[in-house]
Amino acid sequence: MTPRRKRMLAVAAIVIGVGAATAVALQAMNENIMYFYSPSQISAGEAPAGRAFRLGGLVSAGSVERTPGSIEVRFTVTDNARSIPVSYSGLLPDLFREGQGVIAHGRLDDAGVFKADEVLAKHDENYMPPEVAESLHTPTAAGGAS
Amino acid sequence: MWKWFHMLASPPHFYRIAGLTIPWFGWPALVLILVGLYGGLVLAPADYQQGDGFRIFYVHVPSAIMSMMVYGIMATAAAIGLIWRMKLAHAVAAASAPIGAWFTFCALATGSLWGKPMWGTWWEWDARLTSELILLFLYLGYIALRSSIEDPQRADRASAVLALVGVINLPIIHYSVVWWNSLHQGSTMFNPGAMSIEMKWPALSMLFGFMLYYGAVLFVRLRAEVIRRERNAAWLRQELAL
Repeated sequence: MTPRRKRMLAVAAIVIGVGAATAVALQAMNENIMYFYSPSQISAGEAPAGRAFRLGGLVSAGSVERTPGSIEVRFTVTDNARSIPVSYSGLLPDLFREGQGVIAHGRLDDAGVFKADEVLAKHDENYMPPEVAESLHTPTAAGGAS
Repeated sequence: MWKWFHMLASPPHFYRIAGLTIPWFGWPALVLILVGLYGGLVLAPADYQQGDGFRIFYVHVPSAIMSMMVYGIMATAAAIGLIWRMKLAHAVAAASAPIGAWFTFCALATGSLWGKPMWGTWWEWDARLTSELILLFLYLGYIALRSSIEDPQRADRASAVLALVGVINLPIIHYSVVWWNSLHQGSTMFNPGAMSIEMKWPALSMLFGFMLYYGAVLFVRLRAEVIRRERNAAWLRQELAL
């Protein structure tokens, strides 16, 4: 084996070795890297009980109720399979609206209501001009696309 | 091909070729970036959800792509330098690191500015954000390691190993939004249909402009490196006397 081949193998060994070690480590930490749990995961009992975690999903259409005279708000978060009721009092981000993705940090109480202490809006990868968004929501132009 | 390779590696040759190449990268870069900025900030329509706030996309996304591309080039150059003992390859890696670090910083800073109004937070320990921050630390660690070793050959080799170890972070950054639930959205640029062409072309123009800008700055830095290493050589004195 020439020295150059040896060095080539050493470089390959570094990359493959570090890659394998990282893959194993990430696999082990998988649960901690999950930024949020979906309503289905929570219903299945995968969320940590008794400590704070994050809940992520879409705000169900028509579910947002504000208590008049306060900043308290109640809504449900759904992943189109299961949904979880959330109560929160605080400022909501600009992108918070029904049908949009949100991530709430807090804990489940005994009644199964998620008491949030922070609500963040999640944006998706789709960007479009307002006219296009509008045409997607009108039934004639959408053709089942929305 | 090998002859060409060796010619490129000879300092006088490289110095001259690099000097001729710089304007071919620099001017198109300037034009593409100006066109991209005008297209992104003036011509492109506002977003249906975010309004004009989405326009930071035109700096954020190209910077983020560059931050990873430059690291990929840096690590490839480091591997070539290690295997073929090529000084020029090590010089390419060394010259790329600060440029990549700045692209990473821009991606993180613009993302944070966008995150506050849109998400409601400047920073979250989300998989994408954290892995991009680690990329910044890899660049800074590489620069720090190089400057802490006096012997240039040892500095080349030690920093090349660090660059190779960090390569694993690139697929992690790219797939972080796929493998794990994250706050950061999925990829817009690599997902056909996520953005209409009238909004996308300025971003592509910016991206190609950034690539050429990187090429131009890389050659400027490489020439400076050649001058530093060959400061006592006769050819350089002749070259600069012209």
